[in-house]
Amino acid sequence: MSALQTLEKPRADRPPPHGPAAGEGPGRGPGDGAPALQPARVATWLLVGVVTILFASFSSTYLARRTLADWRPVAMPPILWVNTAMLLASSAALEVARRAAPRGRKAAARRATAVAALLGAGFLVGQVMAWRALVAAGVYLATSPHSDFFYLLTGAHGLHLAGGLVALGYAWWRAGRVAVPTTAQAATLTTVAVYWHFVDVLWLYLLVILFWT
Amino acid sequence: MSTSHAAATTEHVEHELGFFRKYIFSLDHKIIGIQYLLTSMVMALIGGVLAMLIRLQLGFPGWRWPELQALMPGGFQNGVLKPDFYLALVTMHGTIMIFFVLTTALSGGFGNFLIPLQIGARDMAFPFMNALSYWLYPPAVVLLLAAFVVTGGAPSSGWTAYPPLSAVAQAAPGSGLGQTLWLLSLVVLILAFLFGGLNYITTVLQLRARGMSMLRLPLTIWAMFITALLMLLSFPVLTAAVIMLLFDRLAGTSFFVPEVVVGGQLLSHTGGNPILWQHLFWFLGHPEVYVLILPPMGMVSDILAANSRKPIFGYPFMVGSMAAIGILSFLVWGHHMYTSGMHPLVGMAFMTTTLAIAVPSAVKTFNWLATLWRARIRFTPAMLFAIGFVSLFVTGGLTGVFLAQPPVDIQMHDTYFVVAHFHFVMASAAMFGVFAGVYHWFPKMFGRMLNERLGRLHFWLTFIGIYATFFPMHFLGFAGVTRRYYAYQLFERLRDVQPLNTAISIAAFGLGLAQLLFIANFVYSLFWGPRAERNPWRATTLEWQAPSPPPHGNWGAVEPEVHRWAYDYSVPGAPEDFIPQTTPAAAVAAPAHGHGGHA
Repeated sequence: MSALQTLEKPRADRPPPHGPAAGEGPGRGPGDGAPALQPARVATWLLVGVVTILFASFSSTYLARRTLADWRPVAMPPILWVNTAMLLASSAALEVARRAAPRGRKAAARRATAVAALLGAGFLVGQVMAWRALVAAGVYLATSPHSDFFYLLTGAHGLHLAGGLVALGYAWWRAGRVAVPTTAQAATLTTVAVYWHFVDVLWLYLLVILFWT
Repeated sequence: MSTSHAAATTEHVEHELGFFRKYIFSLDHKIIGIQYLLTSMVMALIGGVLAMLIRLQLGFPGWRWPELQALMPGGFQNGVLKPDFYLALVTMHGTIMIFFVLTTALSGGFGNFLIPLQIGARDMAFPFMNALSYWLYPPAVVLLLAAFVVTGGAPSSGWTAYPPLSAVAQAAPGSGLGQTLWLLSLVVLILAFLFGGLNYITTVLQLRARGMSMLRLPLTIWAMFITALLMLLSFPVLTAAVIMLLFDRLAGTSFFVPEVVVGGQLLSHTGGNPILWQHLFWFLGHPEVYVLILPPMGMVSDILAANSRKPIFGYPFMVGSMAAIGILSFLVWGHHMYTSGMHPLVGMAFMTTTLAIAVPSAVKTFNWLATLWRARIRFTPAMLFAIGFVSLFVTGGLTGVFLAQPPVDIQMHDTYFVVAHFHFVMASAAMFGVFAGVYHWFPKMFGRMLNERLGRLHFWLTFIGIYATFFPMHFLGFAGVTRRYYAYQLFERLRDVQPLNTAISIAAFGLGLAQLLFIANFVYSLFWGPRAERNPWRATTLEWQAPSPPPHGNWGAVEPEVHRWAYDYSVPGAPEDFIPQTTPAAAVAAPAHGHGGHA
């Protein structure tokens, strides 16, 4: 008959408990040896969740609002298709960079990151041109409920994309620093890519609901 | 770099930091937590004074207060409190107490202070973002309070800001610049909450000490973790709604505003739907209620266990019920909208989900009572407030079961019955969580002890004051007194409730005065209280293994290592009635004969 040394429920059928902190010791469990996920990656995924909820709220309002009596669809400017192509190409360029980085092809990774950022900036310029096309057609923010949402959704998306551009710029700057190890550069690139691809997919979703009138 | 080297550097840096870097623009989670807590206390004072003014009008309608007019010339006319000022008071009291006191004190204050300490980390995952989170809070306060001094004064649309009252500048005196400031202030504060929430979740997932598995976390941490998830998933919804409302106000869009005629003049808005705002607002609003009650649930669980000298009863069920409450909180928002013309079937669905929340809530209550059952209870002030929390949570929760049902709610909607209900769960239960937390963790925060005698007196006056103030409000609700009415006595049928309202006001003033005891105790003990030892409550969790107050970096040279769960109180055969989480199994002496040997 042995004394109870803890009142914790015994869990014989499970692996010994462990925490994510690395090191040796009696509390060590199977998960401890694995490289810890970067906190920045976790935070980025959480940020993706937050922005998803924000746009889910905008678009659920959109879907409810468009069933009301005064809904008149606005003709979408065709330049949106060009912008969409640029954004997709930007994501592709970032994937090229992400593949080059861990294989030590630093210069190629850095170049591809720059291309992705330039295409992203091109998308933003294109979105402003879309706004100007609408203004030229006499469609302003408060003209109709559909135009309310067009300016709101493209504007909010543009701001989030601009934040992504800053992150891309950071990844590009970091890729040029010799002191930063290749693995760390690749990890940064992947973290930025999580957000950038998300903003890309978010745009495709907005495009669908804006055109579907 | 070796661990000891890192610690040495940390100590070195601590000595280098000047006053401003160490206590004002600090990146240390403990300082940030204390900053959140102290700012929330100042805001609680402001919100409390507003409540006293509300009670002044309701308890003594028509009385003249020339002295108050001298202090607040805009709010009084001929010494009598003005109706639009009354509505501004109601709006600002609710907004301040919910967002600027309870959310900031519980998540911002205790979340920041306790998360790294209880999981064995040196700081949050992103200290700079953490400091940024706090430093968005004072600007939000300034924006909010500025509404009192602009033309038209503070908004009168209530803390729920329903359009068109909140959307059309001509709707009420406070619907102008005051309302715009209110909305901007919320956006800034929400950003602060999001930075905090991102930090808390990442920290709990990534920075736990070795041996600290998720199912060894103290319940406080589980509560903060689930709360942070709720904040991340619900506050963006309010952000979206506020942005659209700002567009409606400032850019002439029509998201929420239908055709409105104000003062005989047709406004340019067309076709919007105010109900859409209500859906978005309550999709935030209901999880927000749990953002306020989950952290106290966790903190109270730990305080009950430590002062009962017993392990918390049903730990896995405590975790599971908090998770269930968190999930269900997103599925119940419609119960705030039964009277908005909702289809009865939809109302039925919301009633079902709402009643379902009673199940995990009852699991928690049962487990708290089972923890207390046959325990050797230490009645410290923290313990009294923790037990008081359970009482108030049950009282407030039971009326929630009434209000969940559409046939009852349609009768009770917007009456003082609802006011009584949410003041029991939020103003009382959640506030008791804050008090319990302060009395329990004050020694760790400041290295000094609070006065226990004053603490117990504060508890009894507050506990009696709360029931005397809020319990009679149920009867006002039955009588049909509507919330937010400036002069209910104009209705013939409501004149008889005047004496009851006067009694409530007197009780409320007593309750307010009792809080001065707490402030006096807090300030006196901060400077002159007896020095606190490392572990004054003889508790098991990690923060009590650090010095009081813990230094920068919390743990000195060696980070703690966890060998057991957080609830090893009164382990049979152990030399003491508690075993800290850091004690290895081998260090606990085995008894000579196994009289305690049962599973």
